[in-house]
Amino acid sequence: MNFINHLYNIFVDGNGYLLLLKGLGVTLKVAFFACLLGILLGLIAAIMKMTEVRKGRKTIFSIIANIYIDVIRGTPTVVQLLIIYFLVFRSQASTLAGICTFGINSGAYVAEIIRAGIMAVDKGQMEAGRSLGLSYGTTMKEIIIPQAIKNILPALGNELIVLTKETAILGYVGIMDLAKASDFIISRKYVMFEPLIAIAIIYYIVVKLMTLALNAFERRLRQSDIR
Amino acid sequence: MKKLSSLLAMLLVLVFAFTGCGGSGSSDSKEAESTTGAVAESGIPETLIVGTNAEFPPFEFVNDNGDYDGFDIALMQAICDKIGCKMEVNNMEFKSLLGALQMDSIDVIAAGMTATEERKESVDFTESYYEAKQVIIVKKDSNVASFADLNDKKIGVQEGTTGDLYVTPEEDGALVEKAEIKRFKKGVDAVMDLKNGGVDAVVIDKNPAKEFVNGNDDLMIVEDDAAIENYAFAVAKGNTELAEAINNALTELKADGTYDSLIKEYINE
Repeated sequence: MNFINHLYNIFVDGNGYLLLLKGLGVTLKVAFFACLLGILLGLIAAIMKMTEVRKGRKTIFSIIANIYIDVIRGTPTVVQLLIIYFLVFRSQASTLAGICTFGINSGAYVAEIIRAGIMAVDKGQMEAGRSLGLSYGTTMKEIIIPQAIKNILPALGNELIVLTKETAILGYVGIMDLAKASDFIISRKYVMFEPLIAIAIIYYIVVKLMTLALNAFERRLRQSDIR
Repeated sequence: MKKLSSLLAMLLVLVFAFTGCGGSGSSDSKEAESTTGAVAESGIPETLIVGTNAEFPPFEFVNDNGDYDGFDIALMQAICDKIGCKMEVNNMEFKSLLGALQMDSIDVIAAGMTATEERKESVDFTESYYEAKQVIIVKKDSNVASFADLNDKKIGVQEGTTGDLYVTPEEDGALVEKAEIKRFKKGVDAVMDLKNGGVDAVVIDKNPAKEFVNGNDDLMIVEDDAAIENYAFAVAKGNTELAEAINNALTELKADGTYDSLIKEYINE
């Protein structure tokens, strides 16, 4: 009973639970749009980088993609967030700055995941497609990509989960996300454990739901494998 | 294979070299060693672990040599010398300090912390060692003249500080009725946001505010006497022995002039 009172005091008094819910909303919003942006940027960067394989030498596109991937992977996300928010966005539209940061960040990783997925499809598939008279683009679209998606999906899901959890650093630029909501409760109630455990559970549930959805999607794609 | 193992060896040497440097650089308080024997018996720890948030000049900051420095740190060092124990600084986020104290990972908080009634419920405070004030930093062209003018404005604060409490409408004793609050981990980030126009004003302690404004020509400080408060060191609830030892040392330091010389050195009013 004492414990319940204690929890009531922390989470209900002063509307802590409302803050957590609002924070969860912000976290999900940023994670969702950052995922979309990340996949889009990743796809573009992967295609740009793949031109190198097709031509057999470095192209202007592959060089640009390489620099993008190199710089983003080589710097910490929190540094990117602070730079984009304070220097690029000049402290305006903090949520949008967050979405852009995580989208751009994720794009670099997604690019490599997509590229790896496409490269993993046997070379013979492309040769077969071309020798049957299909163009490079059609072979890619009809033969390579459908097979590549199956390779890509597990790693991509992994990246999206990492991205979702990494949004916990949004608090650095004053955005009230889930982690920040727990910070707020900590700074008002002077307790450390309970708010941290609470957001740990919430993050876990979110990631668990994402995992289940991804698994279902993967199973659906594997249906044709069983003969 | 040979190449690989030599590479590994080099890496190991590097790692040791770095950790070695870190170890010797961080402990600048080993002078008090001779007197530690007497302390061990009294319940006051041999090494006093001081929790702080070294982003709060001139009370605590990291100096050019990479050491923790500032009025609080120097005063705490003087107190430790009086009590006869070593001092170790543990730098963390301000909002984590009270939790860390309750978890016993630090012994005392010296972080320009105001002794508020609410905080007194979770920790014990020593006697006040400094009277401070929350001020408002605004751009020079702003018409904010008091806390009342901050209503309906966007306000930047450092998370969990008394400045945060003053402008959060839901808190007891808040000076602002309705405002949009942006909470940052560091005061300097809030000031950066103000410069960029992300917030209209920043509420923060007077002394760090002066440092921030000194570095930025387009900012100015607005004072309002509604926000006077007292800094004190915090110890774990019920640790009266340590609180008393610190209080006694503080009285002695005030009597022998050390306190005043530290004020002169760091705060320079």
